[in-house]
Amino acid sequence: MFPEWLRAGRVTGLAFTLAVFLSSHALAEGPQSTPSIFAPASTPAIDTYHLSLFVLQITGAIFVTVAGILLYVIIRFRARDDDDDREPAQVYGSNQVELAWTVIPVLIVVVLFLTTARLIFAIQDAPKPSAALEVTAVGHQFWWEFRYPRQGFVAANELHVPLSNTSHPSPTYLDLLSADVNHSFWVPQLAGKIDLIPNHPNDMWIDPLYPGLYVGQCAQFCGVQHAKMLLRVYVDTPEQFAAWASNQAKPGVQDPAVAAGRRVFETEACMNCHTVIGTAATGRFGPDLTHLMSRDTLASGAMLNTKENLRQWIKNPDSFKPGSLMPAMQLSNDQLDQVTAYLATLR
Amino acid sequence: MADRTLPIDGSLDLTPPREQEGTLLETLHSWVITVDHKKLGLMYMMLAIFFLLVAGAEVICIRIQLAWPDNHFLSPQVFNRLFTMHGTTMVFLVGIPLVFGFANYIVPLQLGARDMAFPRLNAFSFWMTAFGALLLYYSFIGGGGLYGLGNAPDVTWWAYAPLTARAFSPGHATDYWALALIVTGFGTLGGAINVIATVISMRCRGMTLMRMPLFAWLMLVDSGLLLVTITPLTAAQIMLVIDRYLGGRFFDTQAGGSAVLWFHFFWIFGHPEVYVLVFPAFAIASEVIPVFSRKAIFGYPAMVAASVGIAFVSLGVWAHHMFTVGMTSASNTFFVLSTMLVGIPTGIKIFNWLATMWGGKIRFATPMLFCTAFLFQFLAAGLTGIMLSVAPWNWQLHNSYFVIAHFHYVLVGAIVFNVFAGIYYWLPKATGRMMNEKLGKWHFWLFFIGFHITFDTMHFVGFQGMPRWIYTYSADRGWNHLNLVISVGGMIQAVAVLIFAYNLITSLFRGKIAGNDPWDAWTLEWSTSSPPPAYNFATDPVVQSRRPLWDLKHPEDPDWRYE
Amino acid sequence: MSAIPIVPGVNEQAWNLPSRGRVGMYCLIIGESAIFTIFVVAYVFYIGKSLYGPTPEQVLDVPIFNTICLLSSSVTIWLAERAIERNSIRTFGLWWAATIVLGLVFLTGTGIEWHRLIYHDGLTISTNLFGTTFYSLVGLHATHVVVGLSMLLLVLIFVFTGHVRQEHSERIQVLALYWHFVDAVWVIVFTVVYIVGR
Repeated sequence: MFPEWLRAGRVTGLAFTLAVFLSSHALAEGPQSTPSIFAPASTPAIDTYHLSLFVLQITGAIFVTVAGILLYVIIRFRARDDDDDREPAQVYGSNQVELAWTVIPVLIVVVLFLTTARLIFAIQDAPKPSAALEVTAVGHQFWWEFRYPRQGFVAANELHVPLSNTSHPSPTYLDLLSADVNHSFWVPQLAGKIDLIPNHPNDMWIDPLYPGLYVGQCAQFCGVQHAKMLLRVYVDTPEQFAAWASNQAKPGVQDPAVAAGRRVFETEACMNCHTVIGTAATGRFGPDLTHLMSRDTLASGAMLNTKENLRQWIKNPDSFKPGSLMPAMQLSNDQLDQVTAYLATLR
Repeated sequence: MADRTLPIDGSLDLTPPREQEGTLLETLHSWVITVDHKKLGLMYMMLAIFFLLVAGAEVICIRIQLAWPDNHFLSPQVFNRLFTMHGTTMVFLVGIPLVFGFANYIVPLQLGARDMAFPRLNAFSFWMTAFGALLLYYSFIGGGGLYGLGNAPDVTWWAYAPLTARAFSPGHATDYWALALIVTGFGTLGGAINVIATVISMRCRGMTLMRMPLFAWLMLVDSGLLLVTITPLTAAQIMLVIDRYLGGRFFDTQAGGSAVLWFHFFWIFGHPEVYVLVFPAFAIASEVIPVFSRKAIFGYPAMVAASVGIAFVSLGVWAHHMFTVGMTSASNTFFVLSTMLVGIPTGIKIFNWLATMWGGKIRFATPMLFCTAFLFQFLAAGLTGIMLSVAPWNWQLHNSYFVIAHFHYVLVGAIVFNVFAGIYYWLPKATGRMMNEKLGKWHFWLFFIGFHITFDTMHFVGFQGMPRWIYTYSADRGWNHLNLVISVGGMIQAVAVLIFAYNLITSLFRGKIAGNDPWDAWTLEWSTSSPPPAYNFATDPVVQSRRPLWDLKHPEDPDWRYE
Repeated sequence: MSAIPIVPGVNEQAWNLPSRGRVGMYCLIIGESAIFTIFVVAYVFYIGKSLYGPTPEQVLDVPIFNTICLLSSSVTIWLAERAIERNSIRTFGLWWAATIVLGLVFLTGTGIEWHRLIYHDGLTISTNLFGTTFYSLVGLHATHVVVGLSMLLLVLIFVFTGHVRQEHSERIQVLALYWHFVDAVWVIVFTVVYIVGR
């Protein structure tokens, strides 16, 4: 009876896996708006995905087998109305049977452990190729800072990385730091999450195989606006990435037409927290705004980067992200218009 | 079967002198000053059920907020407070009081003792727990002033450093949290010491360790585990308080302190704590399943060994909550192995319960329904636990709704289900009246269906990348439909719990008279009257086997022949 | 009249269970050990990790006299235990008082050490990681000494009022267990703080 149970279990386990697979939109390749872990698009996520299918099959088979036995017991051994009043035969135990159901799980654990250990070492101790891009990600309450030390510029909230391919991998290595509390970098389609912990540098790598925009978010509670500490990773073709990087390396645009707005920016408290390269503003507490207009979103993905949103965000940050550390500056309407016009030139 | 009279009249006919009928105030006073293990047990249970309802109401608010994307039912601040309070309450003010509620009421009765080893310590422990609870909930008023909804702690129930530092959590909310857990922690320590001393030193004549009911065994192991896990938490909380009040540097990352040290200290407590909470569920299953299957527990020595084994291994698995904090590959591998090893004794337990049912004549009364569902759900929870122990996959699943689903499968699917089983099973002993079977079945089926609608769905939204602790999400993430389903399931469970509360209260007045042994059971608590007199047993019982009442009812085939 | 049918011989078998006081005290000691373990781990983990001084090498002196006092109090309390078993309450009271004196000497020594550290060396609990871990670990132990001394003192008062008799020797021994534990913990604290960490 046992092997049949096992075979039936494996088949149903596969069916279960398939159901999971389908329910998670796993059939498309490349980026998706729902960041399913079953739609991997980068080497560590793909390896993890294959391991997870293997684990799902084994656990699914165990579940179907044992739940099947349970169901059988419930139906077969339920007390019936026409029963006599006698107690069933008392069985106190059986060493052989108990030994069997100790040894079988041990064997399963050995198999699971070995496959798991292999992948842990493969991911954590992977040698770094020379072509790898290095980025330092710094978690802040409630936004992301991305430093590109080799290229010498700083971006925020939207991480751009080059597309890799399996024959010539050009992965991205992330050094993970935190400026305040704990955060966690999680873009499910690209890799598992690793935490950003103050005074405890971490690292991780991604090796994306399909271009496009991948979404994720902070996965370690970090305070009031943990929910809107969103992540956007743009996997660019090498040409796109080079163009983006060369633009980011430039200082901020100096357009005399918006000098009034720039004056507001430099005389109000904005400059205490924000940097615009080429101006007096060198604050590090908030995101670098040198190329604000090159981003699609504001406030770590909380809203689209439109002029209206930008003005409203400066006027009253709490209307989008209550509890965010950006203060409402009490600017006059004129000042708001001017500073918004200025920021809109920072491409 | 149930109407068979028991030849144990000796202890029964001694009608206990009814308590002096007094005024309401006198009755209340008698409960406040009591040191009787049964009254304290009931008070622990009432505390736990009260806070179960409170924390349940908190989570209903959370689920309303999450039912739709970009919802504005709760502000982010209030949402963060509610899930922090939900978690803290459920673990410290529901889970642990439940342990001691059951242990207090049942263990001395099962051991043939007249009280716990230290009755006054028992009362002290209960009141420490109760005052700790008061302190925690007082934070709603005292945490930061009386504006809005006050200022309860909002740092998650893990309270990861350095978010708890003064710089990031100003005000007093976090202080209330830490101090409340220190206070309840001492209550828990006292309770654990008491249970261990009772089991070791108060057993009636003939009850060797290997003749104790499994319930008592599990409570012994559970208390032993609490002894070495609640104390590290207390130590860590003392450090947190030193940091917050005296300017200490334990978790000050600016001064070279380590946040990761807090993670370790917290999970050294936090993981075994899960087993602390689930052992009462095992204990209840180990009583209910044999009685309703009409068979002796299968493989008693293996069950004892597995319990002790789980307790030991559970002390070495804490860092599987920390696969994402950047440990070395070697440490990660070690904790994968130790975590998977827990699966083996756990598997033994499930198989032994199954084998107990095999060949029996299973009566599906309400307690057994809950226990059967427990087996099914605990199996699934164990298997998702194995999935989470696979470190690379854990990097994906950690802090996602999959984890929420997994541990609610344990905490609700296993623990709450079996606590309901235990209440349906033992309440007739405590009150002398049966709970309504029909309402019980309604309660069971609604709760069962609601549970699965909620928590089965949560696994999938976790697969889709939804992290925990977020107060809202945007519609384009595609999580909205599943979240609505989860919330609907939550409401169904709430209705079921209200039915239970109604059943519980009406049974006190209108329930069928239970008699001493309504379930035709085999352990000593069923040999005394319902409710038992203050001194439990008129004469000290003497036992010959694991099932003294079986021996009585079946003199032709007593258990002790086979031991 | 017994509830359960008596099988011949059962009631005559010896049925001795450990004393609940002893079991309870051992449990308390296990729980307390876990608390100390966490503080010791924190201390060891942070050895040499302070970003600024003063460091243990600069300011800590090995408290040898103190240590001798505390450890010998374990001997005196043991002599007291033996005395009460033999029903010589006078001798018991003497050894018991000696234990208290030795404990007080230890506490005074710690007080002098702390005074010097705070006012002379400028090391407080918030100075650096060393200060935080040092004061909390040594302070946690000192707190236990204070609790132990209070209980010992209570017994001494009972001796004076004539309420201590030989039949209490079991309880006295349970209390002495706690004192032995406090002494044993000092050995660990001493090793960690004054030998390993210096």
